[in-house]
Amino acid sequence: MIETLQQYGQAYLWTDGFRFTGVAVTLMLLVVSLLIGFIISIPLSIARTSSKKYFSYPVWLFSYLFRGTPLYVQLLIFYSGVYTLDFVRDSDFLSWFFRSGYYCTLLALILNTCAYTTEIFAGAIRETDKGEIEAAKAYGFSNWKLYTQIIMPSALRRSMPSYSNEVILMLHATSLAFTATVPDILKIARDVNSATYQPFIAFGIAAIIYLIISLVLVSLFRQSEKKWLKHLQPLSN
Amino acid sequence: MKLKLLPLIIAAVTASSLSHATETIRLGVEPGYAPFEIKKPDGTLAGFDIDLGNEICKRIEAQCTWVESDFDGLIPSLKAKKIDAIVSAMSITPARLKEIAFSSKLYGTPARLVTAKGVDVEPTAASLAGKRIGVFQGTTAETYAKEQWATKGVDIVTYQSQDLVYADLVNGRLDAAFQDAVAADDGFLKRPVGKRFQFSGPEVNDETYFGVGAGIGLRQSDTELKAKIDQAIAAMLDDGTYDKIASKYFNFDIYGK
Repeated sequence: MIETLQQYGQAYLWTDGFRFTGVAVTLMLLVVSLLIGFIISIPLSIARTSSKKYFSYPVWLFSYLFRGTPLYVQLLIFYSGVYTLDFVRDSDFLSWFFRSGYYCTLLALILNTCAYTTEIFAGAIRETDKGEIEAAKAYGFSNWKLYTQIIMPSALRRSMPSYSNEVILMLHATSLAFTATVPDILKIARDVNSATYQPFIAFGIAAIIYLIISLVLVSLFRQSEKKWLKHLQPLSN
Repeated sequence: MKLKLLPLIIAAVTASSLSHATETIRLGVEPGYAPFEIKKPDGTLAGFDIDLGNEICKRIEAQCTWVESDFDGLIPSLKAKKIDAIVSAMSITPARLKEIAFSSKLYGTPARLVTAKGVDVEPTAASLAGKRIGVFQGTTAETYAKEQWATKGVDIVTYQSQDLVYADLVNGRLDAAFQDAVAADDGFLKRPVGKRFQFSGPEVNDETYFGVGAGIGLRQSDTELKAKIDQAIAAMLDDGTYDKIASKYFNFDIYGK
């Protein structure tokens, strides 16, 4: 165990000596995909709750496609499938983009988390208290002001508990990255397994690393929920 | 009534277990490595290893069942007694011998680079520097490439399966693929998809990495089974059965020196 850690600890955490590996790669995938997915999902969630069909229907379709298929399949399509298409090979930009395992993995992760996050936010927008909206309208709020100052701040706050769940699930989802040759934590665990033939230790170390990252994420969310969701807590106690 | 039946049941069970006194051996295999092990469209297993394994089972009078597994999960499964033997083109290497025992050699397993036609490289770090070479996770080729080449500026990309290595070689994501020469010839070069590709440079035969050839992986404690299997292999080589099976797959001497 200690020998394994001494020999592979660095590879588990950040590099195998030639490139980034392990925790560094996993966190990079997690942060980049969550960040971009979050930003895109805000306008999409508003479109999703729109009463106008030509706004809500395409978003529904997008979210149905990405929530209705396993992430693993999406990753295989993006990494192995798309790069074989002629129009991708003929385009300089597309062939540069899809050649990289990293970009394919990030694309799949971003679209996947974006679909789930959109639904989380859309649910919270729908549940916004009608009274708040009527009051804002009575004060003459424009639609832009209504969304930026009343609906979205409240909906995003109320989404936090389910969004924190999504973040943890995304952490787990990054373990599929090796399908596209991206050397994340699990890839190093498999290396250690095939070098030492001690799967319990190899995968046990990976499990502990994931647990530590989850713990940090959960406590970050707990702290921010305390701060941002204070208004929803009972007054007594 | 129930009590009266009990002795009968016990007798019946004992009798049936006695009549099936032949031992059952579970053979572990990763069926993605033509021509050694392949899965046919109807789901059954075929290939040189499968034929050899079945022939050996017949000779040692054992009942064999094939168990499919990831390649890098085979040795842990063997040690955990989920399977009793590995028949999956596994090379007999010093590193693996520390963990498990092997039967005597089944066939030779040199490794060789595959590239697009017209691209000529040598299996040396100098010739491969700056190139992307694909290898299959957990194989001897991966260990060799990582230790001999990755340290000297060659970009080694590891894949979850050999098929994914070929797919990315065809796609152009890789400059070369490095794997068992026979498997590459049969599983890739001789197929329509491999038409634009060729072997590049000589075979790599470093015994420290590739061992003396492939054997059947066994637990170190199962000395009796090893003795029986070794005997069966020797007998097959002796009476021509081995050559008959081999000629179904290869037009050259796969056993090697």
